[in-house]
Amino acid sequence: MPTFKLKVNDRDVSVESWDPDQPLLYLLRNTLDLHGPKFGCGLGQCGACTVLVDGKPARSCVTPIRSVAGKSVTTIEGLGTPENPDKVQAAFIAEQAAQCGYCTNGMVMATEALLKTTPHPTLEHAKTALSGHLCRCGTHTRILAAVVRAGKA
Amino acid sequence: MNPTRRDLLKTGAALIVSFRMQGQTPAPPAMDLDSFIAIHPDSSVTVYTSHVDPGTGIRMVYAQIVAEETGIPVEKITVVDGDTGIVPNHGGTGGSSGVPRGGADIRQAAATAHRAMLDLGPGKFAGKRFEIKVDPKAPQKKPSEYTVVGKPILRTDVPRKATGRFPYVHDHKIPGMLHARVIRPTVIGAKLESVDEASIKAIPDAKVVKLGDFLAVVAKDEWAAVRASRELKVTWSEGKQMSPSASLAAEMAKTKPEREQQAVNKGDAPGALAAAKTLKATYYWPFQSHASLGPSCSIADVSESGVGVWSSTQDVFGVRGLVARTLNVPPTKVRVVYMDGSGSYGSNGAYDAAADAALISKAVGAPVRVQWSRQDELVWDPKGPAHMLEVTGALDANGNILAWDSSALGPAGPQWTGSALSPVAAGLLTAAPQGQGVPVIQNLDPPYAIPNLRVTGKQLKDTPIRLSNLRAPGKIATVFAVESFMDELAASVATDPIAFRKKGLTDPRALAVIDKAAEMIGWKPRPSPGPKQTGPKLTGRGMAYMRYKHAENYVAMAMEVEVERATGKIRVTRITCAHDCGLIMNPDGLRNQVEGNILQTLSRTLHEEVTTDGKRVTSVDWVSYPLLRFPDAPKVEVALINQLDQPAHGAGEAACAPVAAAVANAVFDATGVRLRDIPFTAAKVKNSLRA
Repeated sequence: MPTFKLKVNDRDVSVESWDPDQPLLYLLRNTLDLHGPKFGCGLGQCGACTVLVDGKPARSCVTPIRSVAGKSVTTIEGLGTPENPDKVQAAFIAEQAAQCGYCTNGMVMATEALLKTTPHPTLEHAKTALSGHLCRCGTHTRILAAVVRAGKA
Repeated sequence: MNPTRRDLLKTGAALIVSFRMQGQTPAPPAMDLDSFIAIHPDSSVTVYTSHVDPGTGIRMVYAQIVAEETGIPVEKITVVDGDTGIVPNHGGTGGSSGVPRGGADIRQAAATAHRAMLDLGPGKFAGKRFEIKVDPKAPQKKPSEYTVVGKPILRTDVPRKATGRFPYVHDHKIPGMLHARVIRPTVIGAKLESVDEASIKAIPDAKVVKLGDFLAVVAKDEWAAVRASRELKVTWSEGKQMSPSASLAAEMAKTKPEREQQAVNKGDAPGALAAAKTLKATYYWPFQSHASLGPSCSIADVSESGVGVWSSTQDVFGVRGLVARTLNVPPTKVRVVYMDGSGSYGSNGAYDAAADAALISKAVGAPVRVQWSRQDELVWDPKGPAHMLEVTGALDANGNILAWDSSALGPAGPQWTGSALSPVAAGLLTAAPQGQGVPVIQNLDPPYAIPNLRVTGKQLKDTPIRLSNLRAPGKIATVFAVESFMDELAASVATDPIAFRKKGLTDPRALAVIDKAAEMIGWKPRPSPGPKQTGPKLTGRGMAYMRYKHAENYVAMAMEVEVERATGKIRVTRITCAHDCGLIMNPDGLRNQVEGNILQTLSRTLHEEVTTDGKRVTSVDWVSYPLLRFPDAPKVEVALINQLDQPAHGAGEAACAPVAAAVANAVFDATGVRLRDIPFTAAKVKNSLRA
């Protein structure tokens, strides 16, 4: 079976995939037991599966495993823990910016990416950065507040 | 499998309180467990409840209630929600019942425990076990003395959700588990004609499960199951013909109702209207999807010894019954364990997914995880029903409402959740029939003083689309009609919409929320529409008020909108809401719910409609079923009014109800155009502006 070597959360891993076009999401969730990235649409439309590939946000549900060989993938688990969250995660906790929380992964990862280019985002920056992400519970205002708060931390 | 109740009790629970109050609920079937709170020797507490937390934060509310009554700190309280193997059946989650029903039961159990602890004395029950029944007379703490309930204690799930550690049903794994995808017909009502199993032979370990018209693929690898579901060659028969969504409203208007029922008939509305100058309007609310962000998922393990099901259903005992009937086994053989899913807002595809998983697991003799695709979810989840609402009204010489006649036509939803897609397709169960009554018409009678009033529900018999409860069922449509029509009446006599409403209200709590929402937005009394505007953006303000089911929460909402003249795009820029649900449990959790109600309903109002082409649902993804996006999220300010001496009502739905009318009223204020058909898409608004 084809094997793909990549870095995931700063660890070298090699994963087997019978199909080189298998989306990264399934390998993260099923082979590496990283359940942070979520399946929402499989179409790259909602953002729930977002990870960082070499620091840039990518929709793992439409990212073939072959395309990330040799690259560095960061998932939400690679940022912090419930006891020791990173500043973006801490901002989401402080704002209680979740209801069901299914989309939270994508929101946190998009914010991580935003802060790399815009360390102190305004509300308008936050809205633009999350324009391709969907939240169904209607937690928008808290999520936006969390993004702005993360930039002040 | 999860631990059994016996395992839990062996760990040394010291004081166990059974929920069931003698004489208050019907005797449970023998298989049902008594419910309980267990206070352990180290003074930690476990609360067992069938009311689940689908992302609302209700677990923390239950912990606060128990902490308040027992004096045990909230950190020492664990809530186990929705495991039919260990929790009592005191109702499923729905209808904003988590606080007023679930919470009330838990409060009385905790009060009973507290009194027993006092009677026994400190440390007296260590090493022994006491089992007591809930005492309906055990004294409860007075709300004026509360120190825990009413505090904005933070949810314990959020840190795990923000770090990717919170376990969802989608994440659950059991040894030997296979992955499955169900293949639904391409059109509604189609029968399976042929399956070319060779078409997936190149996909590793993929096989077909076929039971009558039920079709699924199973594989060891999830991606193999996905690929197989896409590549399997299947022929389906022609399906049912139905009204395309584009002409559904017109079709409904022509349909003779199956039955009618008058909910209110006071004075002589038809007589008074016949003698007066009347105003008449028709409003439409379309079919809408729960549109859960994560598609439904369930895991089932069917074996000789029993059936385990992991599900994000809001009704674990309902799913237990469904799975038992599907597999033809006694309910005692089925254990349904709740795990959080993507938000569900009623009855989404969770029931169906549980039945899918159980059927497939039985067929292949292994544990099976089923996850729906995005298309499966938007096409096949049971939908919130369409409603057509007609209102006729007349004013007297003083501009007071003289007569009002309103009706709602729609299917009598929801269909009972005792059936599901796959057992019907497999020929094991019959499809659930439509409800026998009329559609939900609560709040179709206005809360204002009206001497001549008639309210009628009209059942639409045939609907091609399966129905279920979707947040604020019925009320989302009736309040849209009532509060829009109130503005139409106010405008007909050039009266400020708030002043017009207040003439017909005396309840001080109603007046308080209206005044608060108005004050927050800086409402200046004047009739709508506002002064004529030039320029590319038209701005306006609007409001709406209701008391949920005329018995629960008082909610008033005001909004500011911009309407882009060239495109018809509505942008709600600011929303103020005053919310009085009686006694508040957790103000931060409540605020989160109210904000969510508002923004989700704004999405339903502006964007959402299940579309069909006469054979199939054509809203299949987030492009064809769009949701509100972040750039369009308005500023939302919520004022919570706490009433220490009033009953605590749930807040999962009420603030949905006034949203659509407030938007429509604000757009009318801005443009002079009255929108009556949900959703208010840019294309529709643009056409209306031109007309």
